[in-house]
Amino acid sequence: MNDGVNGVALAVFIFFFLAVTVMGFLASRWRRAANENSLDEWGLGGRSFGTWVTWFLLGGDLYTAYTFVAVPAAIYAAGAAGFFAVPYTILVYPLIFTFLPRLWSVSHKHGYVTTSDFVRGRFGSKGLSLAVAVTGILATMPYIALQLVGIQAVLDVMGVGGGEDTNWFIKDLPLLIAFGVLAAYTYSSGLRAPALIAFVKDTLIYIVIAVAIIYIPIKLGGFDEIFAKASEAYSQTNPATGAPRGALAPGEAGQWTYATLALGSALALFMYPHSITATLSSRSREVIRRNTTILPLYSLMLGLLALLGFMAIAAGVKVSNGQLAIPQLFETMFPAWFAGVAFAAIGIGALVPAAIMSIAAANLFTRNIYKDFIKPDATPAQETKVSKLVSLLVKVGALVFVLTMDKTVAINFQLLGGIWILQTFPALVGGLFTRWFHRWALLAGWAVGMLYGTIAAYGVASPTQKHFGGSAKEIPGIGEIGYIGLTAFVLNVVVTVVLTFALKAFNAPEGIDETSPTDYTADSGDKGVQVELPPATAGAGH
Amino acid sequence: MSEASDAPGAPEVKPPVVTPVRVVIALCLIAPFVAMLWVSSYAKVDPAFIGIPFFYWYQMLWVFISTALTMIAYKLWNRDQRARKSQNGGASA
Repeated sequence: MNDGVNGVALAVFIFFFLAVTVMGFLASRWRRAANENSLDEWGLGGRSFGTWVTWFLLGGDLYTAYTFVAVPAAIYAAGAAGFFAVPYTILVYPLIFTFLPRLWSVSHKHGYVTTSDFVRGRFGSKGLSLAVAVTGILATMPYIALQLVGIQAVLDVMGVGGGEDTNWFIKDLPLLIAFGVLAAYTYSSGLRAPALIAFVKDTLIYIVIAVAIIYIPIKLGGFDEIFAKASEAYSQTNPATGAPRGALAPGEAGQWTYATLALGSALALFMYPHSITATLSSRSREVIRRNTTILPLYSLMLGLLALLGFMAIAAGVKVSNGQLAIPQLFETMFPAWFAGVAFAAIGIGALVPAAIMSIAAANLFTRNIYKDFIKPDATPAQETKVSKLVSLLVKVGALVFVLTMDKTVAINFQLLGGIWILQTFPALVGGLFTRWFHRWALLAGWAVGMLYGTIAAYGVASPTQKHFGGSAKEIPGIGEIGYIGLTAFVLNVVVTVVLTFALKAFNAPEGIDETSPTDYTADSGDKGVQVELPPATAGAGH
Repeated sequence: MSEASDAPGAPEVKPPVVTPVRVVIALCLIAPFVAMLWVSSYAKVDPAFIGIPFFYWYQMLWVFISTALTMIAYKLWNRDQRARKSQNGGASA
């Protein structure tokens, strides 16, 4: 696919890239508050975002380069199994509706910036809070890496990623540049930068999908033709496994995997620090519930996107690296200038979440490791400074991840992170609804879940890899193949419940709960609820 | 669910925690789980819609259904909360 550089597409790509870079740096002036050296300001945008900005921000989390590249890539590779992303996002909204408003209320009442802050306050346990923080950072790194893989795929198809024969520095230079720009504007503008760029990103993505879903099927002779060709391709035997490549509907054996992946991923999504960051930056509890009714627009787009995987097969796109299937499809089907727009959409679609994710991970480190364990008397200005530095470090870590690990399994990077992050669910969501769980039991449950999940994932082999070859494995006791993360989660809950009974029987110290029941339902305007910016100033455009 | 602690801890007469409206809200929120996790109910190719196999268009249809259900839950919940607030306000004033 490296048949020279696609000049027009590259020019359009660079144009959009420069435009959002300028926006990124100017973003710090947007809705600026008086005190810009607080972590609330840099890391949560002053907690002032209304329904639409929150919608774009949350969409930025859900709708990343991962979506654009890896979901259709999974469909391209194996058919139906890759479509689990759609039920996964459908299940996310009822979940958000149920627990996020409570998290918003208690966080705004007590000034929590991260999930770990809440866990520490609720259970009076620095150890549990540390476990949640470390898990969050660990799980976010591969997710950021996934975004970089998305950019890399686009660069490759445009012909500037270099072939296998060029030396590594030239090969990775464009990625390093994109990365440097991202790091610089996140550093200077904080959460405001991705919030502003998210507008451009989503507009581009909607245009590209609308065009792709109408234009490509017309050129390929309609959906009948597309699915007929895809069906034929899936029935071919894969020489590596000796089984058919995939199917249009999951067979009996794949259904457990499909359902557990959808459920496990849905439970995990809002455990990620970056989803929480976007949630807490909203102006009120109402904004969140209202968002659950407009966010599904993204799921619909995700479904349409997934169909592009079939179109890639029907269009005769042949790539050894599945991640390149969609960028390659765009290059084959679209005129060069529009391919450039599509590539820009993917590229910017990677930058926004990568920025939010690194900010979220940095908030976790600063609040729950630096301030709790290293320098308890840190001033807000120091907190912000450390956060900015850590957001850089996290991104470098992700870059190392991308440059050293096998890129054909980008989706598994994220699934491994998902296995880990899911283990914080009992402490966080459990804690939002009840104080019954014992803090030590939660910690033990977390440890068991993490250990089981990691070992199980390590033991999964694929035709191309001996370890971490996938995220599904036989569920002990049931015998079906299921998502490892969900199995680990069930183990986690069982251990937590059993130990809670035991610890309560022995009267183990419970720790101090600094929250009260009414904190979980407080809304902006209630006494003691912190909203940094009054809505009137926040709404005024600058 | 959030019902349990939504009622204030005051000794006044509390409205019941489980009401018909709240059951409807819970059903609205649970329905997508039942539909989506029951994979064998939709793991088939026919009937196709404009050439798209059943498996795919059915799940995309559920995006709309679950949106509608969440919206209903949202409206009902708001009404429920307003009703309780005015009731509480009356009781404590």
